[in-house]
Amino acid sequence: MNDILLLSLTELKRKLDRGEVSSTDAVKACLNRIDETSGLNALITVTAEQALARAAAFDRGELKGSLAGVPIIVKDNISTAGIRTTCASRMLENYVPPYDATVVKKLYDAGAVIIAKANMDEFAMGSASQNSYFGGVKNAVDSRRVPGGSSGGSAAAVAAFQAYAALGSDTGGSIRQPAAFNGVVGFKPTYSTVSRYGLVAFASSLDQIGPITRTVEDAAAVMNVIAGHDALDSTSADIDYPDYTAYDDSLRGKKIGVAEEFFGAGLQSDTGAAIEKKLAAAEAAGAKLVKVKIESFKASLAAYYVLSSAEAATNLARYDGVKYGFRTSKPVSDYVDLYYKTRSEGFGAEVKRRIMIGNYVLSSGYYDAYYLKALKVRTLIKQDYDNALAACDALVCPAAPSTAPLIGARTAPAEVYLSDIYTVPVNIAGLPGISIPAGSDGAGMPIGMQLIGRAFGDRELLGLAVGMARL
Amino acid sequence: MDYITTIGLEIHCELKTATKIFCSCPNVFGGEPNTHCCPICSGFPGVLPVLNKKAVEYTVRAGLALGCKINEYSKWDRKNYFYPDLPKAWQTSQYDLPLCGAGRVDYRLNGETRSVRINRIHLEEDAGKLVHEGGVTKVDYNRCGVPLMEIVTEPDLHSAEEVVAFLEELKSRLKYTGVSDVKMQEGSLRCDVNLSVAPEGRLGTRTETKNLNSFRAVARSVEFEAARQKKILSGGGKVVQETRRWDDGAGEGYSMRSKENAHDYRYFPEPDLMPVIMTAADVERIRADVPMLKNERVAKYTGQYGLPEYDAGILTSDREIADLFDGAVELGAAPKKASNYIMSEVLRKGKTEGSEDVTVGISSRQLYEILSLVDNGTVSLAATREVLENIWLSDKSPAAAVEELGLKQNNDSGAIEAVLKEIIAANPKVVADYKAGNAKVTAFFVGQVMKATKGKANPKIINELLPKLIGD
Repeated sequence: MNDILLLSLTELKRKLDRGEVSSTDAVKACLNRIDETSGLNALITVTAEQALARAAAFDRGELKGSLAGVPIIVKDNISTAGIRTTCASRMLENYVPPYDATVVKKLYDAGAVIIAKANMDEFAMGSASQNSYFGGVKNAVDSRRVPGGSSGGSAAAVAAFQAYAALGSDTGGSIRQPAAFNGVVGFKPTYSTVSRYGLVAFASSLDQIGPITRTVEDAAAVMNVIAGHDALDSTSADIDYPDYTAYDDSLRGKKIGVAEEFFGAGLQSDTGAAIEKKLAAAEAAGAKLVKVKIESFKASLAAYYVLSSAEAATNLARYDGVKYGFRTSKPVSDYVDLYYKTRSEGFGAEVKRRIMIGNYVLSSGYYDAYYLKALKVRTLIKQDYDNALAACDALVCPAAPSTAPLIGARTAPAEVYLSDIYTVPVNIAGLPGISIPAGSDGAGMPIGMQLIGRAFGDRELLGLAVGMARL
Repeated sequence: MDYITTIGLEIHCELKTATKIFCSCPNVFGGEPNTHCCPICSGFPGVLPVLNKKAVEYTVRAGLALGCKINEYSKWDRKNYFYPDLPKAWQTSQYDLPLCGAGRVDYRLNGETRSVRINRIHLEEDAGKLVHEGGVTKVDYNRCGVPLMEIVTEPDLHSAEEVVAFLEELKSRLKYTGVSDVKMQEGSLRCDVNLSVAPEGRLGTRTETKNLNSFRAVARSVEFEAARQKKILSGGGKVVQETRRWDDGAGEGYSMRSKENAHDYRYFPEPDLMPVIMTAADVERIRADVPMLKNERVAKYTGQYGLPEYDAGILTSDREIADLFDGAVELGAAPKKASNYIMSEVLRKGKTEGSEDVTVGISSRQLYEILSLVDNGTVSLAATREVLENIWLSDKSPAAAVEELGLKQNNDSGAIEAVLKEIIAANPKVVADYKAGNAKVTAFFVGQVMKATKGKANPKIINELLPKLIGD
């Protein structure tokens, strides 16, 4: 492997700016690496030509910005004008967006070089990146194992040195859990700090774009580019956005909240031990451990699958074969038949399952029992996390109950859903969460530790994560 | 048995904001198919809505004109259903918390005042249109995202006559507030009729009739449906709750779908939009934009200005005309003179044949100046017709037009006397008639002087001179 690939994003950027390496060299190294590791199936579309042209432009001094010249991968549910955006679905196999997502525009404005679109679970629904029309993704550490999901392609690509950073999207853990499974850093910012305009919606009230990188510092550098108020997203926060790299990474005097609910049954012992070890090291470094309670913890998965499926059912209703994307080639008798056949053939099994759940919980007679109740649980979860975070600077827990399982080992939907138990409540509460590497299990698979911060305390959380990652 | 017909209306009204409700596409009627749409209003993957504040303001303004309570907190919901003209497969609407709550509209019918309670007004987006041609169906998304206001009345109406009288009042108020063109033929005003028939004191089963494109169609459908239901009930049958479609050509309605096949819209809160907060101060600011409505102006014109009902009716038939009148009176014009001039001259010029539309081509100031020029004798009333032609749809001053066209009236008594003397001398027979007490011949002398002076002599002076000169 070319040494240039071993640099972190921040290191590469320094060398690019000093003229010690060229962007063309970096892009070529990434493209070679993509070829060498193509067995991971981490990518759906590689934009080699466009990337090399932009790299050449940087090398001629024509691209400026904090990510200028840096090769980056974008998850394939983030709209890129002129580059197909498939959401790993047959439904959008050949869909080319007419516009750029706000984050893509920001990446371009910062001079970044987009080299590929990453594979994922279809429409971001899944925890293992096996629900892709383009085939499942493999773990970058052990290709017999799943890379996590739904941003499994983004995480495996960064872990395999295919690029210096990738954008993922996180609705219930889709950035943090695959980052944990591949031994890289995954950051889900506070809901509303990164524009969702152009992110193909799964569950609008939970979706958030964020970076997957090899270091926390790199995640902060990407945040500086992608965060910010966007007039095109009505839920975008109109606040003063900080310099995310100007964090305080000292652990001394910091209060770390630990809830006993986080260490209950179902937690793999190696993972539990790794987190305990990190906590002990943090205490030794001057941090204070605080006991907190998250009583709603167990209810969060159920609430999540009701809320996210309800939103997904309507968000995905537009794929009907009328305007764009896949349309059945079978003869149809009327428009209902067109919808029926198009949607039956265009969507995969997991997507159909969620659409059915979503329509069920919203249907007349069931709304109060499911959707409304889930909304109430959402309020309770938010209160629990807000109360806990009032007593500490961040909560620490595993990013997932276990390390990456073997491909095909877990197939029952309810069993797969359990792997999101630590990440889901963070989306429900709209808080920032980050997964950082915390050692490995007996099989050598990476363990991820999750830190959860206060709403809009993203920079403080990144600082703590830098401190913890150093331990 | 005596049956009572009970009617409630659902009125959809397109707002004439400059842009659509959730994107910056122009809000215009017609156009080549799919030329006024963008990724947002045609529901591309990943797009998000941004609320047009003007649409909210217009709805509140309409609500105030219909006496509605304005809700401080309202929110958005997704109304889910599949249809090719609805690109997102949901309509962004307001379900349980609309912008405007209960209101009341008084209207006049056969000389008495009646009223209809408004249940609510909510704001939503319009859908596109399906175009069926040559055996295929095409979709035009131009209308997608046009702001649409839905006004729901209580079931306070009982006949076609009442429905039309109420709709006329409603249309006038919406037009006066300037929020909509309210053109039924262009679909900017649409009306669905909920109607039930039952013996007095009981509640009947209602049907909803759609596709009503004129007030006449509304009236005919009400009569048709009331008769249909009465016939069923008197035959011992039961009315089926259903949605019906009116076929205006055939003059009858037919069933579209029954209650069992009714949509389950699976409403739920729209996560992509923030709730709308209307503070008391916001409402007061918008209230300032609500003009004086037709009924209020009629009262003022007939009361304060002493105008006949008939005149007041014509002046208020269109807000622009009423504004023209009010402005001129405010500047000092005599109400009756201003009213006469508008009815005889301005409307003659401004009305287009075969259309209800009126062009008001002069300003209140121009009208006031014309009337002043007539009053002070600068120009004759008859000559102002030429002035009007000259200044129409421009900001030219009437005085300048009079000057330019050479229409200034001759007020020189000496010169007029000389001309009149000649005419008297040349027409002894007419003079004899005059002396014999035939007042009609006055017109002869006026006409002759006018002819000699090319219409510029002030007739008032001629009338003053005549008895003096002939009496000598």
